[in-house]
Amino acid sequence: MTGTPLLTVEGLDKDFPVGGGRILKAVQGVSFEIARGEALALVGESGSGKTTTGRCLLRLIEPTAGAIRFDGVDLRALGLRRFRAMRPRMQMVFQEPYESLSPRMRIGRLIEEPLRMLPGLDAAERRRRALEALAMVRLGADAYDRYPHQFSAGQQQRVGIARALVTRPDLVLLDEPTSALDVSIRAEILDLLSDLQADLGLAYLFISHDLTAVRRVCQRVAIMYLGRIVEIGETEQIFERPLHPYSRALLSSVLYPDPRRRLSRFLLQGEIPSPIDLPRGCHLHARCPWAEDRCAEAYPPIDDHGQGRRVACYRAAEMADMRET
Amino acid sequence: MADLTLDLPRRTATTDFVAFARGRPGFLFGLAVVALSVLLAVFGPLIGPYPTETALPGQPLQPPSWRHPMGTDVSNMDILSRVIAAPRIDLTIALVSTAIAFVVGVLLGVVSGFFGGGRGVPRLMSEGIMRGADIIQAFPVFIFALALVGFRGPGTENVVAALAFLNVPYFLRITRGAVLQVRERPFVEAQRCAGNSELRIAFVHVMPNALTPPLANLSPTIGFSILLTSGLSFVGAGVPVPTPEWGSMIAIGASNMMTGQWWTALFPGLVLGLTILGYALVGDGLKEYLDPVNKR
Repeated sequence: MTGTPLLTVEGLDKDFPVGGGRILKAVQGVSFEIARGEALALVGESGSGKTTTGRCLLRLIEPTAGAIRFDGVDLRALGLRRFRAMRPRMQMVFQEPYESLSPRMRIGRLIEEPLRMLPGLDAAERRRRALEALAMVRLGADAYDRYPHQFSAGQQQRVGIARALVTRPDLVLLDEPTSALDVSIRAEILDLLSDLQADLGLAYLFISHDLTAVRRVCQRVAIMYLGRIVEIGETEQIFERPLHPYSRALLSSVLYPDPRRRLSRFLLQGEIPSPIDLPRGCHLHARCPWAEDRCAEAYPPIDDHGQGRRVACYRAAEMADMRET
Repeated sequence: MADLTLDLPRRTATTDFVAFARGRPGFLFGLAVVALSVLLAVFGPLIGPYPTETALPGQPLQPPSWRHPMGTDVSNMDILSRVIAAPRIDLTIALVSTAIAFVVGVLLGVVSGFFGGGRGVPRLMSEGIMRGADIIQAFPVFIFALALVGFRGPGTENVVAALAFLNVPYFLRITRGAVLQVRERPFVEAQRCAGNSELRIAFVHVMPNALTPPLANLSPTIGFSILLTSGLSFVGAGVPVPTPEWGSMIAIGASNMMTGQWWTALFPGLVLGLTILGYALVGDGLKEYLDPVNKR
């Protein structure tokens, strides 16, 4: 991790008006970096704002506030036309494999679409690049002339990945790339993504609620709850010793296929509150067994706990000490 | 596994279509009517046993007989020959006007649907298109067609222009409705990520996926246009008189019906009605056939 990060996000906010003058704060003050060749996971329940964050980065929706810098360029200062010229460097893989492919377009043309933004490529060169991308995702060259509906969901997602890689991007946003797939295919796709990251030096922003998938692919994890990052750090550290109560609850909900592992469930009370009328103070305080009075007063600052670990909890340090003893 | 082969009949688009049509007599009847009308539009004037625009010698207003199965009219022209020859003008007007309305309506529908709800100039354009369509559709169709033709004078081209103009809002709305659905599908966003311009997304990626509803409505619109053409000709604002045309034949025959010569208006009217019914049935069938829910 030398030099400037590939992507820096600072204080990202996204509000949606929901009528009656009320506002849904989908994303609040989200900040993180991604280094070149690094995979960061954005984890959370549905409604936690992880997908909204990703869509803001690619300007599929406009953020309300915040700064996004990609390779030193302030993306939000660019006009949409100049931003389009950046698109080949930051690509996306979508959640629903079939729905993300234009149904009446042949695979070859679909994969070549992003290349149209790159200057000086003739048809033959585009074709060569598309076939190369198909090979990267381990699909045969015969896929080139076929239509999306002729493939299985797993193959369709490979096509989606090939399309994202054909421009040789620096960053790929993976929006729940495996959640629509069968378990057996999920593993194949995750292995493929891992291999591609290593081979091509890609940076990923991996949006998912699938914790086992995240652990397999990503070097770092950011955990989101109700629009905010509650904890961010290296994957193994967070999985071994989560410091935020929400992270603990989330991670203890994962089942490991290991009979010797003792089950220590950490449970939150009640339901996730509506993101429209967020409680004062920490968003979690009403559900948290660790909550104190100050938790209901003001949202805790996101503090550094060493080794790139940041946690938004007043009692994170206590939690860390307690777990060590 | 390699030895396990089954002799299943090959399924193609053609066999699927045949299987679909087989169980639907109305659809088959419609297809026959459409095919026949097209044949007559091409060959009709050559098939009839008598001239279609010149009077025969002898008594006018002969009742149906073996020589004249549909009788003759007040000018002693053979009605059967004229009924057979009429699709050339009626169908041509309907096809050309519907084609123009389809192209213009679909293009405007894509623009107004894809850019609707946005901001700035595209939104103004979208709103402008829709309000224009509202204005056209606010008038009763026939009165409006009559006014248009009255404004420009009778004549085939003016009838085509009037019908095309009237049918544009129809295709526009159908296409817009389809586009509003298609534009929310994830592949549109995927194409945005691929760096496509909004205009290219609208016409290269969204439009081809929004064509089924307007295509399914082509046939009924052609039928309806035949009816309107006949209507305009009936009131004398359409195709000029000696040309064989169903509406003007009904108009000429109407006065004779009062005096008992029922065949003069009945036969052109029957054929006109069956033709429109046929086109409407084809439209209904196609709508069902193209609906992806029915795709087995």
